[in-house]
Amino acid sequence: MTILSVRDLKVHFSTEDGVVKAVDGLSFDLAKGKTLGIVGESGSGKSVSNLAILGLHNPKTTTIGGEIRFNDQQLVGASEKAMQKLRGNGISMIFQDPLTSLSPYYTVGEQIAETYRRHTGATKKKAWARAVEMLKKVGIPQPERRAKQYPHEFSGGMRQRAMIAIALCCDPALLIADEPTTALDVTVQAQILDLLRELQSEFETAIILITHDMGVVAQMADDVLVMYAGRAVERGTVREVLKTPEHPYSWGLLSSIPHLGGDVDVPLVPVRGTPPSLIDPPTGCPFNPRCDYRDRVPDSRCTTERPLLAPADGHGSACHLAAADKKLIRTDELQRLG
Amino acid sequence: MLAFLVRRVIGALLILLVISAITFLLFFAVPGNEVAALSCGKSCTPALIDEIKRGLGLDQPIWQQYLTYLGGIFGGRMIGDKMCEAPCFGYSFVNRQPVFDTVVDRLPVTLSLAIGAVVLFLIFGVGLGMLAALRKGKAADKIAMGFALVGGSMQIYVLAPFFLYIFVYSSDLLPRPHYVSFFDSPLDWAGGLILPWICLALIHTAYYARLTRSSMVDVLNEDFIRTVRAKGLSTREVYVKHAFRGAMTPIATILGLDIATLFAGAIITETSFSLVGVGQLAVNSVLASDLPMMMGVVMLASSAVVVANIIVDVVYAAIDPRIKVTA
Amino acid sequence: MTEVAAPTKELLTASGLQMHFPVRATGLFSRKAGVVQAVDGIDLTVHEGESFGLVGESGCGKSTTGRLIARLLEPTGGSITYDGKDITHATRKQLAPIRTEIQMIFQDPYSSLNPRHTVGSIIAGPMEVNGINPPGGRQKRVQELLETVGLNPEHYNRYPHEFSGGQRQRIGIARALALQPKLIVADEPVSALDVSIQAQVVNLLQRLQRELGIAFVFIAHDLAVVRHFSQRIAVMYLGKIVEIADRADLYNNPHHPYTHALLSSVPDADPDSEKHRERIRLTGDVPSPINPPSGCRFRTRCWKAQDICASEEPPLVQLSGATEGHRAACHFPEARQVMPE
Repeated sequence: MTILSVRDLKVHFSTEDGVVKAVDGLSFDLAKGKTLGIVGESGSGKSVSNLAILGLHNPKTTTIGGEIRFNDQQLVGASEKAMQKLRGNGISMIFQDPLTSLSPYYTVGEQIAETYRRHTGATKKKAWARAVEMLKKVGIPQPERRAKQYPHEFSGGMRQRAMIAIALCCDPALLIADEPTTALDVTVQAQILDLLRELQSEFETAIILITHDMGVVAQMADDVLVMYAGRAVERGTVREVLKTPEHPYSWGLLSSIPHLGGDVDVPLVPVRGTPPSLIDPPTGCPFNPRCDYRDRVPDSRCTTERPLLAPADGHGSACHLAAADKKLIRTDELQRLG
Repeated sequence: MLAFLVRRVIGALLILLVISAITFLLFFAVPGNEVAALSCGKSCTPALIDEIKRGLGLDQPIWQQYLTYLGGIFGGRMIGDKMCEAPCFGYSFVNRQPVFDTVVDRLPVTLSLAIGAVVLFLIFGVGLGMLAALRKGKAADKIAMGFALVGGSMQIYVLAPFFLYIFVYSSDLLPRPHYVSFFDSPLDWAGGLILPWICLALIHTAYYARLTRSSMVDVLNEDFIRTVRAKGLSTREVYVKHAFRGAMTPIATILGLDIATLFAGAIITETSFSLVGVGQLAVNSVLASDLPMMMGVVMLASSAVVVANIIVDVVYAAIDPRIKVTA
Repeated sequence: MTEVAAPTKELLTASGLQMHFPVRATGLFSRKAGVVQAVDGIDLTVHEGESFGLVGESGCGKSTTGRLIARLLEPTGGSITYDGKDITHATRKQLAPIRTEIQMIFQDPYSSLNPRHTVGSIIAGPMEVNGINPPGGRQKRVQELLETVGLNPEHYNRYPHEFSGGQRQRIGIARALALQPKLIVADEPVSALDVSIQAQVVNLLQRLQRELGIAFVFIAHDLAVVRHFSQRIAVMYLGKIVEIADRADLYNNPHHPYTHALLSSVPDADPDSEKHRERIRLTGDVPSPINPPSGCRFRTRCWKAQDICASEEPPLVQLSGATEGHRAACHFPEARQVMPE
């Protein structure tokens, strides 16, 4: 059952230098209880598109187009009141840095309880009980005592657990996790990812996991969306995208990171150049200036015609390369990498 | 918390001790003859001066005089043949009244002025600042900040005659500034002080509006505000409960400093409105070279500053739990 | 896969290196004094031309160790010998000639370059300070350096804000190269960069190490990046080295439980690999370095800890059967092979 459906989403910011097309035509669906990994680098539009889902952008400088349907509710153009009802209730969000993302002025318990009260109208006592219950659920020992403490008295991993407790206290259908483990140490990251998985199976929450870490995606996601310059360039199941990627940018992302089991004598293959300007993006395929294979496509289509991601479900990429060519190139490359 | 207060109070007493020593030295390092001459005015004869000198203990070395002065504050002392009860800051050279009684007598006027003004400019300043932050970049913001700029450039000695002329002398809209004890008649108390309050508030509101606006804008850009919004809280809760809580710390800091300024400014304010408070007492005692009275006023003003600082520290800890109040 | 034996000549040796920072206060009003034991008695040797890796989680002291090695900090205990000279407490003046030979690269390419200086003057800075006039002039040298790090030599007149994050890190590298150093301490040089850019910088550093024979102390929290870049690696935990070994030994045959836990926590980009890997989940976070646990510092999170771990600190020793130079500090070391050889 699809709970979130995004169609041709556009998020444009007006700045002094011009209009930044941070998200420019993004579409995807998400089913109940599933995890969608959105992968991309800074500026790819992965965070911006999700702030737009919650309506958390600055309305003065931002224009949003397209459709965001959440359980048959249209979120683009919804009133602030309607969005407030939804936030933290139907859709929750957790952020990268749990220290700065929690208010330093209120206890952790108060911050959970106020969310619960806001959406359920519960009494103070009931809301507090819920806060303690949630802290226990996210694996914080001595939840009664911890609920009365402030975020600065928590360690980094515990703060992120508290954030998750806030996000899940009203049992949302969708959790947006924006780089939830990037600021954490690797042993703590493993704990938090485990926790998210456990809670997901308990609450049947759908998760959008925004990350730049292919490893985290591999561990967590059912489906993956690779974003580049405000667009989705590849979509598929996690196995499809990570094992048989189709888009040259996905290839680049995968071959540019070292693996624990990889051969150290084979140099990394970086994506050359730098991400494009979003004010004045390249014509045609936004990746074409960094792509090694654009000459294999006839009629210089890569520089003139924007490749589209097929609207159908299943594995697909926004690339003009012929399927046979892709296979050939990928086999060659994998051989070179050993 | 208690240990913190005890430590701060002991520290405050030490500071006051140092201040008293310095001011005592400055004021009383004047040769004894001249001090005695100040005290008897036109009727001075050499014999009388000698007698006064002995009576006031001015023939003793200065450190001993200072110890006597301190002893008087805590235990009272004999001055001449009169017993000056503790806390004894000596007698005025001018009206022969105990300094302490006079200062305590005048204090309510100055305090009333300060409290009323603080309440007014906090309400209006913080309110305008919040409004401007909420409507950042819009007309309300610009109007509020424009008003702030104009008000902030005013001085009390300009505003006072101007307002007196408009509201009192030419129109009788407001009563002439005067002081009635709050406990006698709260309405008259407020009525008598409303004009000086408005003037003081006008000047300070400006500053607090700008301060509130800029701290609110800073806090609104912090990550945790995004979280609070993502939790679905109402706009009012986001601004008032969360953002303003964070914006309060700089406001408390400046307010602590301003309380000292208000006391210093009382000299001008009270003179401008002919109110008989500590400020005017300070001016008159300087003009009359009333050394004991000057000492008393200085000690009162320093105490006010020190107490305000302790309060600000406690308020800090109350606002921001990250600040630990431990000894 | 065989590793090359470490080159013979020792370039820098630290023994019993210790850095304790006094802490005055934890709150605005408290006067509680304590000591952060950021680095607490570590021994390590960096050989000429090798890349030595330091890994560990936040608070383990790896950055402080880097700063001590570059003598940006003066250690509170132990000694540092560089090229045969004891530089532990060397004065500014005595350090001057050594400063040209040890350089640092920092994590944040945005804040480590002065925004008011042109790239040319940033890179020429070290030459100016040390009064070095290369043949052909400083500008020519700057342009050579820009070319070496893969930037357009014509851009020496531009300002840092005109460059992207990856390019700025290249500028930082060019500055470090300006004095032809023998040792570069790179503190998380790629962790602030996007993944596609990380590989560019890693490859550049690797080329410099090989072509110019510069020794590196490579500090990072990313185990895969350190494995890719360093021939010898030390794992740090709460101010101590818990395990040190050649790359292949450390990653294929780790002895210390903490190293095991770290390796098993790294999520692999292959969704199928999880089933074959050992799965160790540590509980809790790293304890405070102000009041570290007694005995073995890892014991509070270790699933093998026993009484002896609390009472006796395990020494960093070579275990029986371990390869030469593979040392671990543990009372109950693991002997499992992670990957078959």
